Parts: sequence; C-alpha cells; structure tokens
Amino acid sequence: MNTTGVPAPGSDGATDGSAPRRNSKKPKYSRFTQQELPACKPLLTPGIVIATFAIIGIVFIPIGLISLSASKNVVEVVDRYDADCIPDQLYDDKLSFIRSSETNKTCTRKLVVPKYMKSPIHVYYQLDNFYQNHRRYVKSRSDKQLQTTASEHETKLCEPEGTTADGSAIVPCGLIAWSLFNDTYTFSVNKKATPVNKKNIAWQSDKKHKFGSNVYPKNFQNGALIGGAKLNASIPLSEQEDLIVWMRTAALPTFRKLYGRIEVDIAANEEITVVIENNYNTYSFGGTKKLVLSTATWIGGKNNFLGLAYLTIGGLCLFLALGFITLYFFKPRTLGDPSYLSWNRNPSGSPN
Amino acid sequence: MELQQFPSSHEISVAIPAQEKPNKPLRIRHKSVQFEDPFTSEDDPRLICINDPRRTNDKYEFTGNEIRTSKYTVITFLPKNLFIQFHRLAYLYFLAIAALNQLPPLAVFGRTVSLFPLLFVLFVTAIKDGYEDWRRHRSDRKENNREALVMQSGEFRTKKWKSICAGEVVKIHSDEMIPCDIVLLGTSDPNGIAYIQTMNLDGESNLKTRYARQETTSMACEEGTFSGLIKCEQPNRNIYEFTATMEFNGQRIPLGQSNIILRGCQLKNTDWVIGVVVYAGQETKAMMNSTASPSKRSKLESYMNRETLWLSVFLFVMCAVVATGMGLWLKSHMHQLDTLPYYRRKFFTRGRDNGKDYKFYDIPMEIFFSFLSSVIIFQIMIPISLYITMELVRLGQSYFMIEDRRMYDSSSDSRFQCRSLNINEDLGQIRYVFSDKTGTLTENKMEFQRASVYGKDYGNPLNVISHSLCQTNTQEALGGQRSKLKSEMNVDPELVALLHRDLVEDERIAAHEFFLTLAACNTVIPMTSRCSSPGSANEVHEVEAIDYQGESPDEQALVTAASAYGYTLVERTTGHIVIDVNGEKIRLDVLGLHEFDSVRKRMSVVIRFPNNSVKVLVKGADSSMLSILDIKSDSRFVNSLAAKIRHATENHLSNYSSQGLRTLVIASRDLNDAQFREWQEKYEEASTSITERSAKLRQAAALVECNLNLLGATAIEDKLQDGVPEAIEALRQAGMKVWVLTGDKQETAISIGLSCRLLTQSMNQIIINGTSEDECRRLLIDAKAKYGIKSADSRNGIMKLKTSSACEFLNIPKSRTRTSLIPDNGPQNLNYAGAATDISEFCGEKGLGLIDNSLALIIDGNSLVYILEKDLESELFDLATSCAVVLCCRVAPLQKAGIVDLIKSGTNDMTLAIGDGANDVSMIQMADVGVGISGQEGRQAVMASDFAMGQFRFLKRLLLVHGHWNYQRVGYLVLYNFYRNAVFVLMLFWYILYTAFSATSALTDWSSVFYSVIYTSVPTIVVGILDKDLGHKTLLHYPKLYEAGHRQESYNMKLFWITMLDTLWQSLVLFYVPFFIYRNSSVDIWSMGSLWTIAVVVLVNAHLAMDIQRWVLITHVAVWGSILITFMCMVIIDSIPLFPNFWTIYNLATTITYWLSILLITILALLPRFLYKVIHQIYWPSDIQIAREAEILRKLPKQLGLTPDDDVS
Repeated sequence: MNTTGVPAPGSDGATDGSAPRRNSKKPKYSRFTQQELPACKPLLTPGIVIATFAIIGIVFIPIGLISLSASKNVVEVVDRYDADCIPDQLYDDKLSFIRSSETNKTCTRKLVVPKYMKSPIHVYYQLDNFYQNHRRYVKSRSDKQLQTTASEHETKLCEPEGTTADGSAIVPCGLIAWSLFNDTYTFSVNKKATPVNKKNIAWQSDKKHKFGSNVYPKNFQNGALIGGAKLNASIPLSEQEDLIVWMRTAALPTFRKLYGRIEVDIAANEEITVVIENNYNTYSFGGTKKLVLSTATWIGGKNNFLGLAYLTIGGLCLFLALGFITLYFFKPRTLGDPSYLSWNRNPSGSPN
Repeated sequence: MELQQFPSSHEISVAIPAQEKPNKPLRIRHKSVQFEDPFTSEDDPRLICINDPRRTNDKYEFTGNEIRTSKYTVITFLPKNLFIQFHRLAYLYFLAIAALNQLPPLAVFGRTVSLFPLLFVLFVTAIKDGYEDWRRHRSDRKENNREALVMQSGEFRTKKWKSICAGEVVKIHSDEMIPCDIVLLGTSDPNGIAYIQTMNLDGESNLKTRYARQETTSMACEEGTFSGLIKCEQPNRNIYEFTATMEFNGQRIPLGQSNIILRGCQLKNTDWVIGVVVYAGQETKAMMNSTASPSKRSKLESYMNRETLWLSVFLFVMCAVVATGMGLWLKSHMHQLDTLPYYRRKFFTRGRDNGKDYKFYDIPMEIFFSFLSSVIIFQIMIPISLYITMELVRLGQSYFMIEDRRMYDSSSDSRFQCRSLNINEDLGQIRYVFSDKTGTLTENKMEFQRASVYGKDYGNPLNVISHSLCQTNTQEALGGQRSKLKSEMNVDPELVALLHRDLVEDERIAAHEFFLTLAACNTVIPMTSRCSSPGSANEVHEVEAIDYQGESPDEQALVTAASAYGYTLVERTTGHIVIDVNGEKIRLDVLGLHEFDSVRKRMSVVIRFPNNSVKVLVKGADSSMLSILDIKSDSRFVNSLAAKIRHATENHLSNYSSQGLRTLVIASRDLNDAQFREWQEKYEEASTSITERSAKLRQAAALVECNLNLLGATAIEDKLQDGVPEAIEALRQAGMKVWVLTGDKQETAISIGLSCRLLTQSMNQIIINGTSEDECRRLLIDAKAKYGIKSADSRNGIMKLKTSSACEFLNIPKSRTRTSLIPDNGPQNLNYAGAATDISEFCGEKGLGLIDNSLALIIDGNSLVYILEKDLESELFDLATSCAVVLCCRVAPLQKAGIVDLIKSGTNDMTLAIGDGANDVSMIQMADVGVGISGQEGRQAVMASDFAMGQFRFLKRLLLVHGHWNYQRVGYLVLYNFYRNAVFVLMLFWYILYTAFSATSALTDWSSVFYSVIYTSVPTIVVGILDKDLGHKTLLHYPKLYEAGHRQESYNMKLFWITMLDTLWQSLVLFYVPFFIYRNSSVDIWSMGSLWTIAVVVLVNAHLAMDIQRWVLITHVAVWGSILITFMCMVIIDSIPLFPNFWTIYNLATTITYWLSILLITILALLPRFLYKVIHQIYWPSDIQIAREAEILRKLPKQLGLTPDDDVS
C-alpha cells in the first residue's frame, strides 16, 4: 500500500511484496471497499453557519411578507347563526324546534361587507365541535358502493346505517352520507337576488372516478332517524356535489365546507341578505354553525399564521446570523487546533 | 498453546486436571469449559463388539454414520422455520400487534395491511434460512454418499459412509478421509504407526502419530478374524481425550488418545489402516464439536434495551392518555351517543336490530379497546425494525472490515473474518485487552538461537555465519551427504568445529550427547520426500529433503538445529530412531519415552545405544531440571568442574531469558542394569494400567530423572510478530489496558513484555508469586499499601494513582527468596487504609503519577490459584486495575478465563481477549469480544472467536479505526431510529387528541406501514454502514480519539433524553404548523394526512442529512431517493379510486401553501437542533470534532501520512 492516502490501484500489487498468488484471498482493491470513495465532508465552519442563518433569513422574510399581504387581502365575512336562527320562544327547547317538521326554520340574516369583495366569492358553511374525524365516522362509508352499482350490497362498514329493516342496502350508506348537511342559503345583495353557483364545488377526480354516474340514491334517509339532507333519487351520485364535498371528511373538528360560489363582485359596505333554511341539527351535541363568505388568493383563505411564522423565523435567523458574527469576532476558536484536544489541554489527566 | 515449553496435544488434557484438583470451586468452570467431560465408563460404558455390528447395535441405540447438519426437510421447513423465527421477541411483538388488529373492535388498520410488515420480514428471513439449509443439505448428501471399505462377510467391500455403523471394521487407504471415529487395529506399518492430518478438526497442518496396539496388529494381518470387545466412554466432544479398554483374547488392553483417529482427519504417509468404528455420525467428536459458539450481545444493545423500556413507558403513557380521554369523553357525551351524527351508537332500523347498540360495549370495555387500538397505532414507538436494521448495518460493516486490505495477512493468506455479527460496535469501547503471548504477540516460529554446551556459550550473533554457506562445506566434508533440510538456519562455526573433533574430550562428549538429546528426545517425525534442487555447480541432482513434523514448534526448532549441526534425525518408529551423525547412521532403540507434562515440566527418553549401554536423555524447563542434577558426585575434581559448568550454564540461562529467549536445560544420565530393570518394570506396569496411568508413569519417570549430568542449555527465539510493539503502544495510548496472559515463565514473560514495549524500565514492577494463600495475601496487601491503592468499593473506572517519583518503590527481587518489606504484616486485620493515606499524603504533594512511573503487576499462575480461589479476588482486582500493565505468567487456560471473568464481573468495562491456541478458547469465549489469530496453532481459537485475523497488529486497526467507526455509526443509528419512530408516533398522538380520542389516523394505512419499512429505512442503513466521522489516518494518529467510546460519547442516557426532547419539539412543529395553517379551511382529513406524511419523511431525512458527516454518492441517492420514493408511493396510493384518499396529492401539490408548509416545518423543526449543534461545536468541541476540523482543513501534522505501520499490509 502506498502512504499518500490516495492509493493508486496500479502501484498496489508492486509495492505489496507478496507475489500475486492465483487464489489469493487478498481483497480486491476498490475505493468502495476500502471506504475511500470521494466524499463531501460538510463542516460547520463559522462562514457556513452564518451563511445558513443569513440565507434562511433572507429567504423567509420576503415569503413571510408576501404571505401576510396575501392573507390581508382576503376579505372574509363570518356569521354565526345557529343560536340566532331559533325563535325566541323556542330558545330553551332547541332540540324539539329542530326536530319538528312543522316549525318554520327559515331565518334571515343581514351581513355587511367590510371591503370590496372580488368574485368569485366562496360561500362556506362552518361547523364547530363536529368530529368528522372520529374513527367511527371516518370509517362509516363504502367506497365500493359509491363507485359501482354492482357493489351495492357492500355495506358492512356502514353500520348502523347500512341496510334498511328489510335488509336492502342503503345507497349511499354509512354515517357520513346519513349526516349530510342540509341548511340552505339564498343570497341577495342590495335586495337583488344573487345566485350561488353550486357547480364544481367538489373535486373533479371524485366526480369522475369515485362517485359512479350510474349509482343512484336508494333507501336513503328512510330510517326512523333522519340524519340530514335527503337526496334526489333520480340524480346519480356523481352529480350530487354537496354529498361529494361532505364525504371528503374534514381533518379537524372545526371545519368549513364549500357551499357554492357567488360570481359577482360585492362592493364595500353593501348589505347582503341571506335567507337560511336552518335544518341541520347541531344543537343536540352543542355544535355551532357559521356562514362564511370569503374571497380567495393563492394562499387559500384568510390565514395570517403562515406569513407570521415565516417572518418570525426569518427574523430570528437573521438575528442569529448577526449574533454569530459578533461571537466569532469577539471570541473566535481556531478550527482544528490540536491544542484544544482534551489530552493536550489537560496533560495531567489520568495516566493510562 | 504456550502453556509449557513443550506444548503437545496432551498438554491440555493433563494440565487442566492438574490445576483443577486443588481448586475445584473455580468460578468459571460451568460456563466456558468444554474439555472436561468426565470419563464415565464406570457408570455407563459403551460396548463395541469388534466386527460384529449387529451385536453392537442390538443393545444400544447408537446412531448410524449419517450426518445431518441441515435443520429442515421440505415438510418441516415451514412450521419449524416459523417456530424458530418466532423465538425472537421482535417477531412476537409484530405478531401480537397484527393479531390484535384482527379483532373486530380494534381493526385500526386494514387487516391485510397490518400483516404486511410481519409477512415481509418472515418471508425474507425464511428465504435466507432456506437457502442456507439447502446448501447444508447438499454438502451433507455429498458427505454421506462417500464410500469407504468396510468388512462385510469376510472381505472389505465398499460401502457408503451413511450406512457404516458402530462395531464395523473399516479399512482406509492413504490420503482418504476418515469416515467416523475409529480405534486403530492395525496399519500397514509393522509397528502399527499411522500418520494423520487433523486439519479439519483443529487446523493444525502438521502430522500426528497414532498407534495401533501391538496386540491387535497381528489380527489386522490375517484378515477376517477380528474379534474382541471395546469398552469406551460415552460420546463426548473432547477431541484430546479418549479412554477405553479392549478385551481381546482374554487380555485387557488399555486404549488411549493415541489409538483413535477421528472423523474428519486424513490419513497420510501410511498405506492403509484398519480400525473398528466406535463413534459414528452425530456421535463423532468432530460432529459434537461443531456447535456454534454462544452468541454474545453487544453492550450498546443492552443499553438500547434500557432505553426501549423508557420508550415502552412513553407508549404506555400515550395509550393511557388516549384511553382515559376516551373514557371521559364517552362519559360526558353518554346521553348524546345514540344519535350523535358522528357516533350513532344505536340502530334505528325497524327490523330486529332496532334499538340495539352498534359496536358499543360499556365504558370500561371501550376504554380497554381504546387502549389496545392506541397500542396498535403507536406500535412503532418500540422500534422493532431497529433490530432488523441493526443486523443489516452490522452485516454491511462486517463486509467492509472483511474487505479491508490493511487487515489482510499475506503470510497466511487470510482475510479478516467476522464470525459474530452481533458485537461490531463493542469494538469501539474496549477497555481491557487480554492477550495470549505465543503465537499472538510472537510468531510461534521458533528459531534456535543460542546454546550453552558444557558451560560455553555458542551462537552469539556476532560470530554466526549463514548456514547455506556452511552447509555446502559440511556436505562436501561429509562426502556428498544427500539429505537436506527444508528450512535453513544459521550455525556457529565454532560449535561446528567442536563437533568435528574426535570423540575424546569431555567437552566433545558433552556436545555429542547434547545434540543426540536434541535429536532424540522429542516426538518429532521426520518426513522424507524427494525433490530436485540445483547443486553448487549448476547441476541438478536429487536430494532427499527432510521435513520435520511435530506437534510442538519448539521441538521442531531443536531437531532442525541438531540437523544443522550434523545430527540429523532420519527415522522414527515406536521402537527405534535412526540418527545420521555426520554421515554415519546410528540406530538407537527407544526403550521408553516420558512425554512432557505440566507437572514434571520435562521430557525424557530411555535409549539403548548400539554398544548396549542405556542412557536417559532429558530436556526440560530450568526450574524443574536444576533441582534434579547430580550434585553429590564423588570426585572432587569433577565436582568442582561440574559446579563451574553449572554456574556458567545458569548464568547463560538468565542471560538468555533476559533477552526473551525460551530456554531449556539438557541433561543425560547413564543407567546401569539394576536401575534400568527397576525402571523397566515400573514403566511396563504403568503403561498398561488403566487407572491413574499418568500418575504411575510419572513415578516411573521419577526413577530415572534424577542425578543427571548437565550437558547444556538451549535458547530458542520466539520472534515477535511485526508491528506488535507499535500496536500495543497505540492501544495503551487509546486508554486500553493490555494484559498479557501467558504460559511462559516469569522471566520470559517480562522480557517479552519489555521487547514489545508493554513494560518500560521505569515502570515499577510489583511481582506476586506466592506459594501459599497467606503469602499471596501478604504480597497483595503490601503492594497495595505501598502504592496507596484504596480498596475501592466502587469498582468502576480506574483509580488515580497516588504515586510520585519521590516515592521509593517496592521492587521485589526476582529471586525466590524474598524479604518482605513489612515483615509484621500477617494475613489478618491490617490497617491498610492508614498506611495508604500516609503514603498518598507524602507522595501526593508532588502531583499525580506520571506515565513513566506507572505500575506493572506481574503475577504467576500459582498465586492465581490461591487468589482466584479464595477471597483475595477483590484485592487482586483493586491492585490490577490500578496497574497500567498486568502480566500473568504460567497461567492455565481456565485461569485465563478466570482473570477475564474477574474484570468482567468487577467493572462495566468491555473486555477483549485475543489468542491463537486451544488454550485461549475459554478466555476468548469469556471475554466480551473474542479475537482469534488464525496462526500456527490451529483453528480452535478461531472457531470460538467473534473475529479472527492473521496478525496481532491488525488489532490496532480493528479497534481504533473500525471499532471507532462502528461504534459511532451504531450509536447514532440507534438514537436516530428512536427519534424517527417517536416523532412519527407523537405526531399521530397529537392528532388523536383532536379526534375525540378516537384513535383516528389521518395517514392512510399504507403510509403508516410504509413509513418505517420503505420511506425512511434505506438512508439509516446506508448511513449506518458508510458514515465516517474521521479518516483512518487521523484515528491512527490520535489513538486517544478512541476514548470517545470509553466515555460513551455516541450513545448515553443524556443523549437519549436530548434526542427525546428534540423529538417532542419536532413532533409539535410537525403537527401544529399544518394545524394552524389549515385550521379554518375546508381541508379534508386525507389531505392533512398526506401533508403530514410528506412532512415527516422530509423532516427525518433532513434531520439525517444534517448529521451525515461524509456524503458519498450512495448517501445522496439514499436520502434524496427516499423522499422521492415517498412522493411516488403517495402518488400511486392516491391514484387508486377505491381509497377514500383518491387524488389527494394531485390537488395538494398544486397549492403553494402545501410547499410552504413543508419548508416551514422542516426549518422550524430543525432549528433548535442546528443551533444546539453549532453552539456545542463552538464552545464545547469534542475531541472528535477538533480532529475532524483538522482533518478537513488539512491541518494535520505532516508526518501523518508516513506513520510506519499505517500502511503495512
């Protein structure tokens, strides 16, 4: 072997001294087996440390600013209506109000737009304290059944909302479909009826592949307990966009779901009148309902967190970069100085 | 094998009982000894009827000769393999989790998904096992279908090996393998000698002699009339012992080790042998010995198990939180549950199910199920995959160790071998190195160096000339002598000249007898072979080359030397030897031979010369020989001359041994008729006795081994292996304590210690060689008091020595007459503490002891008998751990293990034992790491070792380089794996807190399963195999860097907790950043899950990337490839319409928020770790860090590239 550290394969056999035997077990030379592959060995030198922090700061602060401004540009109107939409006399008995089929559940709300809202304005309903991510709930669906008529009877996971009393399958089965949200909103801006476009609120992929175009609702909401909306049995599931949206179960117990889009601009301070059919029962479990109107930017809805987080981290990193510059300036340590080695620093250490 | 000066194959069987009888409670016996199965022929002998296999096998169920090393057959493979696999705890855990998941209320994952990892692991292991077993089947079949000649109905016919059975008579021709263990009945040699090679059994390549009993040789000649009954011990694994008797023609003939040849040996230089099968198949000694050595577990792994317990606690706490939360939630929502849209406990159909509960049991049951399902979800908190990962990583590390060209020994053409795959990382934490001497530190190639003949010293290096020149002269002088030695050596012309004088003077006669003894008094067998060699005048003529085959390298060296001086041993049979004395062949009748044993420490032959005079020729260790020399010679003149010679010889002896040479004293004695007859009677009786044969032989030997005439002494050099001093120096600098355990005598041991720089002249030697318990105790206590060694209660770590140069040191004289420095000190009640304090106060003022003044403890085997047996162990321990160097001489194999055990049980430090011979086996197995040297003395040590290599000096590279690397790698690997799994589990845990404790996972089942199997496993393995903190040159240049392993820098409790805190922070970031970003949005559970999956994979890989110290192409591919593969898997999983998460990733990837979230998570999560790392490196740089900086910035000293032993291959 040579002594320079970059062994040359050719010179190896010659310097070895041992005559090359035919069946010698001597390991063949390769940079791989001798662990001498060319390698990059990163080292946290002061320059690299400072540069790393500086780069993070320089990249993060602009992103934070852009995100924050994008979030600030989002105009959002939120209106909680679950409590207010109950007649005063029935306030103490919300459950009987919501369960009764006789009561008038129509409710009118007036909203004032604080800033100019550019179309499309997304209309969301927001539910609170509704655990759409509960394990029982998430699993209570039959994706096969939604897809093809042939799998209509695959309702095993859907219990207790799988079959009717006579054993015929419910389509769509399961708790998710059963609890479909059924409040409706009608908008008018300045007394002028404003239509809500409910087309294309669901993912195209879901419409095309997950929900069959020949699967029609069957036996739906026929049980003793009505969970929510009923479906028009003559429209295939792939067209039932409200259902499709609802069945993309939410990640968190507070969630919004897209109701539709208003495709006209609304000027600032204009008053929107919303007529709400307050059908959905969140009273039984203390959930709240909100109506949300929001414009959209690339960042999604109104969300300052992303911008603030980026700004904070960017600032912190810049600060750290400065800190380390001063540190290295005032108290430098020579890198790789053998005199720092523990046994050189402390020669009187235990003699072994 | 260096226990005595004349190692022989009998040595172990003799030496152990000798040591054991007095000290039976030796602690280690139960564990490591495999040579001591007692002979139980009295209780239950095995009866073999010669040539009557039917009768033999009628009564007893002896096995046939078919061997089966394979474990499985086609039918039993599946169940048996599964059964064996499930012996591993990890698989049972997998199985339990998978089984839990099959229960309907707990089906957290899809059923097939949950079985996937288990099936995968089982499948891979089964394939591996199956392949190995197939290979074993194949070799078994080959072995079983070999053919041998077996006596069948009166004549020898071929028979397959597998159908040979006990009692049959087989005939084996030259160069054939022995099919089973057979007792020799006759051979082609009229004296019944057979030569065998035992390479396959113990790796020794020299030939060994076996004898057929004279009584049976006749039987072998007249074929077909074999009869008799052999009574032998039950099958055992002791290949060095065999005890049996044969009843034949009414005689009882004793049979011993020399009458049996074992399966696996090969017949050499003998035309044929006939023997009767005593053990066949699995009962042969070779097969009984083929069990694997006990598996060891690495220390890091046992620490890892401690931390795994902590992880289990975390797991339990998390599951308990989830279960309790579930209980409380259920209780508070009890009245709503029936109709709650997302729970719906009851059926509301009008049919028979109406009003029934759906999957709801009472609250305690729900809590219980909730607990179990959380266990299933959080299962990877216990990093079971880590065990499999570690195995793969160690396999890779072993590959690189084996492939290391710098650990290849060209002289024996042997690579480094990893025989154990469990303890690679232990190599980085060794604190004690126990080394054998002969064959390990030294080459065990003996070379005759000096001789003292008749009081005169020959062979002084100054006046020695090369033999090749001399031999031509000799040959010419001898008139074209045609025998030639295969090896050449240097001779002293002065001595040659002496030998060519006429046989008249005393000196000449003494020299004659001296060399006759060298040539005759041994067990070496001359093998002659014809070969052509170029003569002096360029003509090629045939010469007879003699190759000496012997069991002891010392004897070979002596015989070779004798031959070089013209006394060539040319023939040896049991009855006579022929010696070629300067061309004249002398035939000497060997009347008796007393083999070497460890009690007498000498060997003698009784020889009748052609002129009918009888002589005893003796050689032996000086300690045992000087006492039996003739001192009461009647002639005054002779007496004074004898005394002079004796004095001179003794001087020479001590001179030789101070140079590290092995010495022997040669003596002879004439026997008169009466003495001879007395001895012969006793000898005959002893050699045919069945009971206590060795004791009786010893008595017979004592009759003649007395009143000897001193002829001279020999000195044989045991050459140090290359690079040994440097290696020892480096190991000691690295903070390791090197102990040498040797069978040599004290002076030799000390001189070897000096020559290999283990001892330095300035060291203070404490010599313990007591001959009684009290004496040992006193010596120990004196030494302790003198050097102020406290009897520490806490036995961890090294005690600081309170010694200084100002102190006068105890240096017990080497002679046997010692004067105690503190004469009043009895063995009982002494106030050591007081004495110790005084000294330390006195000495302490000048500071702590320096390296040069460190202590060296030299202790002999006799003292160890008393110390290890009695309650002096702790005293020895205190003393020994305070000494920089410990030399143990004259130790028996079991004592070696005893010393290792003493340190192992006394400290937490890792021990390594290195040795090459069968006598090191117990030590190698006892130590945490056993290293075998595949050298001269066979493969016993290698077979028992964990690692095997060709040279001692490779130990330096093995420990300082590979050990360091492996330790760093595995330490990091374990911590990283803990982190990797915990961060994932914690992320799931935080989410479950937001799902009404219902154990929902936002991740898809497949992603959860793939996380540790596919998404993140490859980089850890690659980094565990390939990452290097420092180059090998730096590591070898600064041996002290090895102490990082002693300080457990790569893996300790503190690091574990820091890692866990970091994990907590990272998991919080992982969970809450997406949580806050998507809090008020319409995000669905699958998108969140998808984000989390990608984020956690990117995060853990970035974390790993931040810690990687050496990036090679493979590392890049593994780390970035893993992230890529994760994306690809996500895309594939999201492309199947049947899954609820269909198309998620496609939708997500188009949003900027998604990418910003991943970036934010990665940076924010790693920020504290990075900061910690930076600050730590600035203010508290570790040695490794500094060395690394120096290495990368090329600040290393210039000479680094030129360290001498760096590149010696």
